[in-house]
Amino acid sequence: MKITLWGTRGSLPSPGPETVRYGGNTSCVEVRSNDGTLLVLDAGTGIRRLGNVIEPDIVRIDILLTHLHMDHIQGFGFFGPLFRPGLDVHVYGPPSTTHDLRTRLTKYLSPPLFPVRLRDLPARLSLHDVPMEPFSVNGLRIEASLISHPGPTVGYRISDRSGTLAYMPDHEPALGVEKFPLPADWTSGTALAAGADLLIHDSQYTLWEYADHVGWGHSAIEHAVAFAAVAKVKRLLTFHHDPGHSDEMVDRMEQAVRTQPLPFELITGREDATFKIG
Amino acid sequence: MTQKQIEIILMRQLASYLALPIFIVDPQGNLIFFNEPAEALLGRTFDEAGEMPMSEWSTIFEQSDEHGNPLLPDELPLVKALKTRRPAYRALRIMGLDGVPRRLEVTAYPLEGQGGRLLGAAALFWMLDHE
Repeated sequence: MKITLWGTRGSLPSPGPETVRYGGNTSCVEVRSNDGTLLVLDAGTGIRRLGNVIEPDIVRIDILLTHLHMDHIQGFGFFGPLFRPGLDVHVYGPPSTTHDLRTRLTKYLSPPLFPVRLRDLPARLSLHDVPMEPFSVNGLRIEASLISHPGPTVGYRISDRSGTLAYMPDHEPALGVEKFPLPADWTSGTALAAGADLLIHDSQYTLWEYADHVGWGHSAIEHAVAFAAVAKVKRLLTFHHDPGHSDEMVDRMEQAVRTQPLPFELITGREDATFKIG
Repeated sequence: MTQKQIEIILMRQLASYLALPIFIVDPQGNLIFFNEPAEALLGRTFDEAGEMPMSEWSTIFEQSDEHGNPLLPDELPLVKALKTRRPAYRALRIMGLDGVPRRLEVTAYPLEGQGGRLLGAAALFWMLDHE
């Protein structure tokens, strides 16, 4: 599997000289299997640039949405391949208890918030309420599971013969836990992340900032580190950087958690970075 | 790596902050958590008691009705809520694990997630002896 980060920012696109190194686009990750299968994780503003480099002869794209907060769908309508007639695009995302994915997604992707309706897109679009049982896209095995974040939100575990990627860009496993973490079986997301070769995880806040944002659905970088240790991952990639954090601030957050020995490799998520699994 | 369903994890976290005694069971009826206010009522801490199968918790407290007649497990609100997937209520008596008899009202409700997944059930207790 090859993984490319097209957007690492959380909450709001944050372009500018102070965010140029880690990037200002919101969540979007490209996953390519060895046989060329393309998964796109979330449709934040980073998906626009990804759309520019997708080969013209591709016949199918699968987009996996973790949830429908704006920073995870804002780029959807600007994904160039959606305007290619005949291209099969499958979109997966969580339904709510009362509305399916299509109903929820069209609240944004319809006038007056967006000029083009889903049904008017030239690509052949198929929307799926993400199954809670494992499913496959070509050779990739995908597991989705609800995780701790306001509103229906899933994380993904994507595996093939080469290894496993876990993706939880918006996740607050420390919510309500006095001394985080609890044992693995009482910690949100551990089943998805267990032993992953690469975990992409929410690391939006410092611990001080988290104290003022409990229940907002995000993690302090210290929580992400503790979670990765409980889940016994091999690499932790910090993600969903706060829009108010400059590159220097993101650097300082990484340095702060490096003061202790870590049982995994720690990587700060940076737009355009690529990783190989296997 | 096994993990409880997120709804159950959040239910435990909510229960741990509430002053009402709360019991949580999984879909098989195994007692998987009770909070500190419930510890006072049941006469044992959760750390001491640990998880408990339904066959144990449904009898260990010697549950009886308001007149002292023993209750079968299926007559307990929590078991009813789990099996019928509907809320259930009744007044009953228990013998705490500290040997103290107590009169309670119990309201139990099933925990059902998206897609009709039965996640377990929860029960709230109200101590009548304090009224």
